Amino acid sequence: MFPANRTVSFAAVLFALSLGPLSRPAFSQAEFSGQWGQEIHEDEPERRPGPEIGDYTGLPINDAARMKADSWDPQKWEMIEHECEAMPADYAARAPGDIRVTPEVDRFTQGIIAWHSTVRIWLQERMIYMDGRPHPTRHAAHTWQGFSTGEWEADMLKVKTTHLKEGWLKRNGLPRSVNATLTEYFIRHGNYLTLVTNIEDPAYLTEPLIRSSNWILAPGDRLLPNYCLPSVHVSHPKGWVAHYLPGENKWLNEFAYKWGIPEEAVRGGAETMYPEYQEKLAKMPLPPTPSAEKK
Amino acid sequence: MNRPRRICKSLSRFLLALVILFVSAGVQSSAQSNPGTLQQGQGAPQQPPRSEEGLEVLHVQGNVYMIAGAGGNITVQIGDNVIVVDSGVTDMSKEVLAAIQKLTTKHVLFIINTSDDWDHVGGNETLSKAGWALPDSGLNPIRVDTSSLLPGNLRAGASIIAHNNLLDRMSAKDSTVPAGLLPTDTYSNDDWKLYNGEAVFITHPNNAHTNGDSYVLFRKSDVISTGDIVTLESYPVINEKTGGSITGVLNALNQILDLMVPKENEEGGTYVVPGHGRVCDRNDIANYRDMVTIVRDRIQSLIRKGMTLQQVQAAKPTLDYDPLYGTTTGSWTTNMFVEAVYRELSKNEASSGPARKITKNNRKKNGGGR
Repeated sequence: MFPANRTVSFAAVLFALSLGPLSRPAFSQAEFSGQWGQEIHEDEPERRPGPEIGDYTGLPINDAARMKADSWDPQKWEMIEHECEAMPADYAARAPGDIRVTPEVDRFTQGIIAWHSTVRIWLQERMIYMDGRPHPTRHAAHTWQGFSTGEWEADMLKVKTTHLKEGWLKRNGLPRSVNATLTEYFIRHGNYLTLVTNIEDPAYLTEPLIRSSNWILAPGDRLLPNYCLPSVHVSHPKGWVAHYLPGENKWLNEFAYKWGIPEEAVRGGAETMYPEYQEKLAKMPLPPTPSAEKK
Repeated sequence: MNRPRRICKSLSRFLLALVILFVSAGVQSSAQSNPGTLQQGQGAPQQPPRSEEGLEVLHVQGNVYMIAGAGGNITVQIGDNVIVVDSGVTDMSKEVLAAIQKLTTKHVLFIINTSDDWDHVGGNETLSKAGWALPDSGLNPIRVDTSSLLPGNLRAGASIIAHNNLLDRMSAKDSTVPAGLLPTDTYSNDDWKLYNGEAVFITHPNNAHTNGDSYVLFRKSDVISTGDIVTLESYPVINEKTGGSITGVLNALNQILDLMVPKENEEGGTYVVPGHGRVCDRNDIANYRDMVTIVRDRIQSLIRKGMTLQQVQAAKPTLDYDPLYGTTTGSWTTNMFVEAVYRELSKNEASSGPARKITKNNRKKNGGGR
């Protein structure tokens, strides 16, 4: 048997341990507050000047996504209903996306009940709820930033987002549907912040699309005013919708020809994501060079 | 030494009594809250439980709510009284009424039907009976029943408003629609205006989903209830037998877009309660309009190439939208939609003369793309 004084000490320790979780709210494992400047070295050609028409390489898309992108006409941005579309949560990180992050702190417990972020492009504001609230019901309206809830996985902040508006995988018309869900991992290492995103879209993807983006802590930096006022710049008949009919988009092959990539490979698909595809690629006929095409 | 033992014994007895008390109370409350179990021995049919909890009730904006899960979406506007746009299926009408009564103690004064589909008019009678009639009671058979006098000499029987074409069809000789579901107050012009704490505009678009459609704008709340002109869970249902057309659907969608004003970044602002599917803003309606226009243009171009219906269907002109709107089963399949569009456009092509070559100019005249 334990001596009485040791039993009392043991009980006291147990009591103290049991009270531990009650006495302090669950504080975050990493601090994300502050101003973050975006690093665009990863996928820079796609993210700064923008992707080229017909470049679907390395994306797990299906035939429906391919057809939608083939029909996409950049004149869409002349339509007043689309002119001021904001970058959705899954793409804002790929766009000019310096961000400001602030915590929403519960006054009583001093625990973080939400992370609040503002992204440079169109100053889109986003809430990531940390208080375990449920996602909205099926018929609730969708928004550019969707509805996000977060939880900690060790030092990573895992965020699940639903109720996103229709968006895009790339700015060349590759679609991401309203049925997609977005899972994100925010990871801080020193002054760097890495975001890994996982998009699952039953409508247009055959496998999850995983991408990463990076920021560097930029104290003192600030976001500039950024506002889009919709107005008619090019007039079109009422009800006009920008699109190419099947077979009429003459720009679709340009990317393959310009870079000498087999035409089949630029059409994308899950297969094109994996290293094994290199073997198949080596056996494919190369497209004509731009100069040969002109002749 | 015996005293602590006695205390322990009394304490354990007390705890045992408490446990017995809780367990018996739990059994009682479980029996009370689950009457279905009591009915099992009585041979009562075992229907799955249906309650207003099965419905999804959303606050859209201002004075307007949406109830989903009872067939077509139902719009509820609470002003001086209550206006309901569409009433869902008959089987769910009691649950719908209970859901409305949870939102407000005010009475339904008007039920507006956007079309005569069974999943939009089925609850007319139940909701009307629970509502109030205007003093100058009209055709409503519910109002003729003098036993339904309410305090203050008001009569039960809310008005059921619809376009006149709807009443004509629902009350036709061969119609099997029960009298209690029929519209009681109709309009024949392009619109009708009401007031219920805010201006309410009822508009009739020509030959869209049917020839008797209405859509309703609640001006102050900034919400439009469109009925099946917008169905986010399928391609637009074009009921040719009742005068529907893709041309009419597109005209109506463009009219509705004209009424909508978004907030910053093309989000929020005017909201739409569609016939089926989620609450929408202008961007959602524009995407839906774009889809209908693009599919229309593709089918038209295939017709002009001389393709038969089978060839057009084999060309899959809806492929990119099928994951969102298409289906191969049910009452409105993708093939049925393509066929309806094909038939209408073929007729138009035939009446407008020989096939024309598509040029950038004539496509733009039709509201199409490149």
